[in-house]
Amino acid sequence: MKPEASQLTRRDILAAPGLLILIPLEELLGTQEPARLPQRPAYPEDFNAYLRIAPDGRVTCYVGKVELGQGAMTALAQLLAEELDVALDAVTMVMGDTESCPWDMGTFGSLSVRQFGPVLRAAGARARAVLLEMAAERLNAPAGKLEVSEGVVRDPVSGRRISYGELVQGKRIERRLDQAPLKTPGSFRVIGRSPQRKDALEKVTGRARYAGDIRLPGMLHARILRPPAHGARLERVDTSAAEKVPGVRLIRDGELIAVLHEQRDVAERALGMIRAEWGRAPETPDPETIFEHLLRTAPPLRGVHEAGSLEEGARLSKDIVEARYLNGYVAHAALETHSATAHVEGDKATVWAGTQTPFPLRQQVAQALGLPQQNVRIITTYVGGGFGGKSASRQAIEAARLSKLAGRPVQVVWDRSEEFFFDTFRPAAVVRVRAGLDGAGRMVLWEFDVYGAGDREARQFYDIPHQRTRSAGGWSGGNPPGMHPFAVGPWRAPSVNTNTFARESHVDTLASRLRVDPVEFRLRHLSDPRMRRVLEAAAARFGWKPAPAPSGRGVGVSCALYLGTYVAVMAEVAVDKATGRVQVRRVVCAQDQGLVVNPDGSRQQIEGGIMMGLGYALTEEVRFRGGHVLDHNFDTYAIPRFSWMPRIEAVLLDNPEAPASGCGEPPIVNMGAALANAVHDALGVRLLRLPMTPERIREALRKA
Amino acid sequence: MQSTISFRLNGKPIQIRTDPDRSLLWVLRCDLGLTGTKFGCGAGLCGACTVVVEKEAVRACATSVGSVRNKQVLTIEGLSRNGRLHPIQQAFLEQHAFQCGFCTPGMIMNAYALLLRNPQATREEIIRAMDDNLCRCGSHPRIVEAIEQAARTMRAGGAR
Ligand code: FES
Ligand code: FES
Repeated sequence: MKPEASQLTRRDILAAPGLLILIPLEELLGTQEPARLPQRPAYPEDFNAYLRIAPDGRVTCYVGKVELGQGAMTALAQLLAEELDVALDAVTMVMGDTESCPWDMGTFGSLSVRQFGPVLRAAGARARAVLLEMAAERLNAPAGKLEVSEGVVRDPVSGRRISYGELVQGKRIERRLDQAPLKTPGSFRVIGRSPQRKDALEKVTGRARYAGDIRLPGMLHARILRPPAHGARLERVDTSAAEKVPGVRLIRDGELIAVLHEQRDVAERALGMIRAEWGRAPETPDPETIFEHLLRTAPPLRGVHEAGSLEEGARLSKDIVEARYLNGYVAHAALETHSATAHVEGDKATVWAGTQTPFPLRQQVAQALGLPQQNVRIITTYVGGGFGGKSASRQAIEAARLSKLAGRPVQVVWDRSEEFFFDTFRPAAVVRVRAGLDGAGRMVLWEFDVYGAGDREARQFYDIPHQRTRSAGGWSGGNPPGMHPFAVGPWRAPSVNTNTFARESHVDTLASRLRVDPVEFRLRHLSDPRMRRVLEAAAARFGWKPAPAPSGRGVGVSCALYLGTYVAVMAEVAVDKATGRVQVRRVVCAQDQGLVVNPDGSRQQIEGGIMMGLGYALTEEVRFRGGHVLDHNFDTYAIPRFSWMPRIEAVLLDNPEAPASGCGEPPIVNMGAALANAVHDALGVRLLRLPMTPERIREALRKA
Repeated sequence: MQSTISFRLNGKPIQIRTDPDRSLLWVLRCDLGLTGTKFGCGAGLCGACTVVVEKEAVRACATSVGSVRNKQVLTIEGLSRNGRLHPIQQAFLEQHAFQCGFCTPGMIMNAYALLLRNPQATREEIIRAMDDNLCRCGSHPRIVEAIEQAARTMRAGGAR
């Protein structure tokens, strides 16, 4: 497949015969995160197709979402195939191509299925209704009496049949989205099943194309000169040796200095020959002083939620417990580094990018090149892991600028050191919690102030009469300059890993002071039946035996709510007291995500979230000094490995009547607290800071 | 220093003229257009670039192309024969032992060399042998399952 010819343009799609279902802008906007909407460009009024049925019966679905590994390609196709009554194999997903797909703000927030699913189902149902009307005319039978299976309409009375493809033959039909009844869970054939993933064959054969796998005639690989530290300015540079390497092209455009060559490794070698002198970088805090720095530089606390009266809560409290919970910066560290291939020809640009935000990227590339937006096309390839880190796509802008300057296609694939340097880290954060217990052992006071992480799901869900939640600064921007010394951004379940760690650690502390079993203590304060149900399901699968902590067994629990998904985790750990090393033996995760579109896909996300979560809980923390990021590769920045793998059990609670609420992010959020609680249960010491490295565990034991 | 280097790549003899000190990874990806072998770290730390040279799993980013002279090199593109997936690929496909898929070629090639060396590999041996191949998506449990499944299939006669 030639990449240039891989996808049709807007005009091709509009002009081609078949049935096209268009979705009005308002429906689309409902699927976006309202906070991000101001970013949206003026919407092109002309075109917003979601779905096309061609005369050969193939269904093509155009969506702005992208496949990051989370399985959206398969789950979205399932939703459509269900309502349309076609085979899953008949559906082709075109994802994240700005030329043919309707505008979308980006793939994050576990939104793909949660908010986008209903629109897609409606489009499928609408198309089916239109096709049935057409079939009724052709078969001369009432539409209500016809049956559909795998894209073929049948009249049970006459036995005559006609396929969707035949119905649209030689016609060009355009319809807008309109109300059409959706199927009910009882009649699902495709939703709730786990078919083979649509990306499976390409991924096991090495044929799946990522942005760094694009090969174009005349393409050059670029390596870019980077400062040693954030804030360091280039003072002198000598590129003469690099320019002598045969076949090398040197490009300089202001601060952007790059060497280009047909072979990436040769470009790399030439880059190493550039002699550059850099000024000193400004001083920044370090991983130890960052927390005081955050408290000092944070904007004023903003109210998130308040109920009852804190004075009254304090008056009722017999025991008030305060603590400060900390976590450092964490990298996304997707296995694929940021990659892009750009081809700028005259006043047109095409960029193949590993990105979570193709539409915002189109705007950025257009601006960087001084082109109108409609002259820029972003084609999203498979993405080798995102986790929020590929919401920022600087590499694609670099590739576009270099292609324009070089007059040839240019590929930019960051090396691992660039990846750590330019990552938009999960922010370091401080959470202050103050909570009170009354004489009957009930939580009556809860004060929760989060600095640096953000307020998502910061609000308490346990029943506490007097409470207040506030937040200052966060991952989504608007921080005073210098508060976070690095770029920060969304990291799988932004804010929520931090907020859950603090809340669930503190709740456990209270239970422990009362000498009450932590599950029992939580249930006493939970009236939401969905939360009770996931906690009870986790306990049943885990075989939780009630006992106050610390029990010496090394078991821990944590509950969370994430954008409508309920999730409870139980973990068992073994801690080596001499080394401080934690081995996680077993993790049970029970989840209620409403309607489950693809159970196996949800299990994959649970397993993946648990494995990834071991990292931020136990080892992952970016080290830095004076603008330098000291981690350059996986030798010092340790991410989870096979030998860390616990036995993982996922319990999916069936709840098809509740809307699908997303599953890519919720499973990771409990890992910090579940493991901190398990470590406390094993050792009797509580770690208030993540990650719980062996040194910190040894230190906590020494101090105990 | 350019020189002519011959080796067998996915069963076919090939000859290229290049600097023998260049890494096998970029010769595969840039000069030969085989992009299934991935770049993840460039320092032998992640295993995304794993290929098999003479039955041994090696990290292509840390292997010079000169060192494979006259040897057999197998990459992910050479694993399926006549359109039939290798049992390891088949098992990865059936178990969905991938998410983003970026680590997958390296995982499969590392597992291939493991099962050549030790067709009876136990779960513990699989975990040990795979430990230096990184996966950020957390596909580990399924990758282990898939390798166990493939080992069973191959022992039962599906091996090549
Ligand atoms: S790219 Fe070779 S080991 Fe990571
Ligand atoms: S599947 Fe994404 S890195 Fe392994």
